[in-house]
Amino acid sequence: MLLATATVQRSAATREPTWLRWLLIGGALAFLGFFLVLPLLSVFAEALRKGWALYWQALVEPDALSALRLTLLVTAVALPLNLVFGVAAAWAIAKFDFKGKSLLITLIDLPFSVSPVVAGLVYVLLFGAQGWFGPWLMAHDIKIIFAIPGIVLATVFITFPFIARELIPLMEAQGTEEEQAAMVLGASGWQMFWRVTLPNIKWGLLYGVILCNARAMGEFGAVSVVSGHIRGLTNTTPLHVEILYNEYNFVAAFACASILALLALLTLAAKTWVEWQAERQRALDARMAMDE
Amino acid sequence: MTRFTRLIVAAFVTSASCAALAGPELLNVSYDVMRDFYKDLNPAFVKAYRAKMGEDVVVQQSHGGSGKQARAVIDGLEADVITMNMPPDIDALYDKAKLVPENWAARLPNDSLPFTSLQVLIVRKGNPKQIKDWSDLIKPDVQVVMPNPKVTGNGRYSYLAAWGYALKQPGGSEQKAREFVAAILKNVPVLDSGGRAATTTFMQRGIGDVLLTFENEAEMIAREFGHGGFEVIYPSLSVRAEPPVTLVDKVVDKKGTRKQAEEYLKFLWTPAAQEIAAQNYLRPQDPTVARKYASQFPAVKLFTVEEVFGGWRKAQKTHFDDGGSFDQVYARK
Amino acid sequence: MAELTNPVPDAALRLPMQRVDHPSAPSRAGMMQFKQASVLPGFNLALGYTVVYLSLIVLLPLSALVLKTTSLSWSAFWQVVTADQVMAAYRLTFGASLLAAVINLFAGLLVAWVLVRYEFVGKRLIDALVDLPFALPTAVAGIALTTLYAPNGLIGEWLVPLGIQVAFKPLGIVVALTFIGLPFVVRTVQPVLQDLEAELEEAAACLGASRWQTFRKVIFPATVPALLTGFTLAFARAVGEYGSVIFIAGNIPFESEIVPLLIIGKLEQYDYAGATAIATVMLVISFGLIFLINLIQWWHTRRHGMRK
Repeated sequence: MLLATATVQRSAATREPTWLRWLLIGGALAFLGFFLVLPLLSVFAEALRKGWALYWQALVEPDALSALRLTLLVTAVALPLNLVFGVAAAWAIAKFDFKGKSLLITLIDLPFSVSPVVAGLVYVLLFGAQGWFGPWLMAHDIKIIFAIPGIVLATVFITFPFIARELIPLMEAQGTEEEQAAMVLGASGWQMFWRVTLPNIKWGLLYGVILCNARAMGEFGAVSVVSGHIRGLTNTTPLHVEILYNEYNFVAAFACASILALLALLTLAAKTWVEWQAERQRALDARMAMDE
Repeated sequence: MTRFTRLIVAAFVTSASCAALAGPELLNVSYDVMRDFYKDLNPAFVKAYRAKMGEDVVVQQSHGGSGKQARAVIDGLEADVITMNMPPDIDALYDKAKLVPENWAARLPNDSLPFTSLQVLIVRKGNPKQIKDWSDLIKPDVQVVMPNPKVTGNGRYSYLAAWGYALKQPGGSEQKAREFVAAILKNVPVLDSGGRAATTTFMQRGIGDVLLTFENEAEMIAREFGHGGFEVIYPSLSVRAEPPVTLVDKVVDKKGTRKQAEEYLKFLWTPAAQEIAAQNYLRPQDPTVARKYASQFPAVKLFTVEEVFGGWRKAQKTHFDDGGSFDQVYARK
Repeated sequence: MAELTNPVPDAALRLPMQRVDHPSAPSRAGMMQFKQASVLPGFNLALGYTVVYLSLIVLLPLSALVLKTTSLSWSAFWQVVTADQVMAAYRLTFGASLLAAVINLFAGLLVAWVLVRYEFVGKRLIDALVDLPFALPTAVAGIALTTLYAPNGLIGEWLVPLGIQVAFKPLGIVVALTFIGLPFVVRTVQPVLQDLEAELEEAAACLGASRWQTFRKVIFPATVPALLTGFTLAFARAVGEYGSVIFIAGNIPFESEIVPLLIIGKLEQYDYAGATAIATVMLVISFGLIFLINLIQWWHTRRHGMRK
């Protein structure tokens, strides 16, 4: 998915007439305008409906801050977990051939299309007081659901495939020659990984991390089932938005939503930067290859 | 990397230490629309408790859909007290997990209902469609907004109110009531998944001519949207809304918070708490307080679910479980 | 996602010497027949970790779901998952998801084309924004879309005179699902259009093909696998969506009630078995869909590989 956005210079024969070009651009922009830009703008418009002072007040309210802290904390825990998994899974799947590979890939992808409601429900079935491990957990006074671990688990589940998904095609495309060369030259497994594999996949990895991060911060449905909604303790920002909305506190609700949107935009900016860096790197590599 | 790890550990510690703040801690698991009431009540309780027992107590709140909240408690959310919007949500605590005794309602005065409310009709300013009673809701040009009875207590109260009304009319029968409610549902363009969502649909999106909801919600709507946009219509007959409270025995015994939880619930019946309820437009049980706020609570003929439907369990089973009368209305279309 | 190339080369074949250097290699290859031999280390660790983690996070919880369903007898299960109201909800959920995915198929191709081929002001910004639906909490998306498309909303008030009501109607669900699935087609097609060699198009033009013919005969076929993948991804994502739909749908049984809402309805009756039964059906369908995507990609890889 890493791609260069620079347009390729084309000869007249493979270009569309100007009117058509503008028609297509107009169509695309109209579609994106109605489905993307307007909803985004409406979030900010609602948030600022009663002025900046109220907007700011809604953001620094203690419950809003604790919700944001929890959201960032959960993301900070879920991300490394899926990062390690993503690299391990991609290594096994992309660099080796074994039976049952497509089944494994399908299972890794599965959380992507599981309804968030169901994603939350399964953890309740597992760790809830009436669930499989519930009585044991209760007896040992370990809290999983309706506490931070449950929220982390639900988030991990929802963002499970993203990093692996990003790395598998990339590592498949790169093949195994470089790693084999490193091994032949006497590198240890870890040396090979740190010096050869990681530098090769770093941009794809970063892109996966960014996608995973974006999704983790915004997850609502699954987290809602396992959170317990204790104000100031187990409310993430998306849940806090719902609560404020249900309090008819629309300005504060949209203010918190706008923070999530801003985080999303920051994430997207980071993504664009990553793509740009990757592009530069590729151009650099290409030039070096030509120099040789 | 180490700095990052430390950051996470620190964040965990802070969130844990916040939880372990001074003294015993109560978790009140409640439903959506009670937020404003408990926001006022909890500080008053903390103060009164300190004065009486010389001890500090912290009250945490959790709010969400009533049934969803009850389910969370069944599944292990450690609520010391649970304050729901209808008795079946607490019955479920006994049925599913024996968290409370079967006769939980008998433990506190008034069947454990510290206050009540009722279903009202909210119409647009000037009442352009001249809606006066339940019978006006079946007119073909009237659009009715209410929350989904399958997933909200609020919707169930409205449904039962309309059913009970039809039943009590001259010549009323089960069959007539069924047809009456079906005719109302035919006029419902949106069945929101929560009471507050239904209000938003009515007030913000401008959908519908009448909104069915609790009396105390009308005041909350006025606080956010102003009194200018709507009128409250009291029907000739309505259902009594019965939001019960109870302590969760299994949890308080485990946490050792029974004393605090009992005090908390008892506090709800004190004049101070009853006043707070009245100020939030919940009808108080205390006669003195009720007299003081009589002007804001017009007298309405009410029936209870017990009287008309033979109890909540029966009402739930006949009307709202899968294949019940609500499903039949839509299935016959 | 679509940049798949040659399959993994058979390492043992290329470097026969390695086998001698690594005495463990042949024995392991013999022991674990399901895997082809390779000189690269870490397979056992990586696969072991993958399987354990996958089992803990995904398989164990999902098996809890399926097992809970088995508390129902087969006939009870069948009755629950084929009840009229449930069937209506399947039809709506899959119909709306399909429609949204089709809209995204065309709109996504258009957006990808415009982003790859043309220069205009704000292109980078638009390109970055495409991922927004991915990052915005679904509930916020639902509320924002309802605000816009309600009869008194910015877009809704223009549609009402035309007799089109979006919010609180099935159409509203399609709008929400289109929003949710928007990035997928764009992001899968974009790299393919990017990699398409200009020479091919020039050759077509030299041979006298019109621009439309070139598009139809040269460009479009090359993007088909990516389009299919993006389409299926958007579809799969839409089928499970709850947060955004609930605000914009009217939630009227048989008309605008989606499957996840029915699951919530069952839970409200403390009917866990019924809820998990419907959830299991959705899970099986999801699994089928994702498997289909992987087949498409596998097919694409083979074709791509053969072309090279």
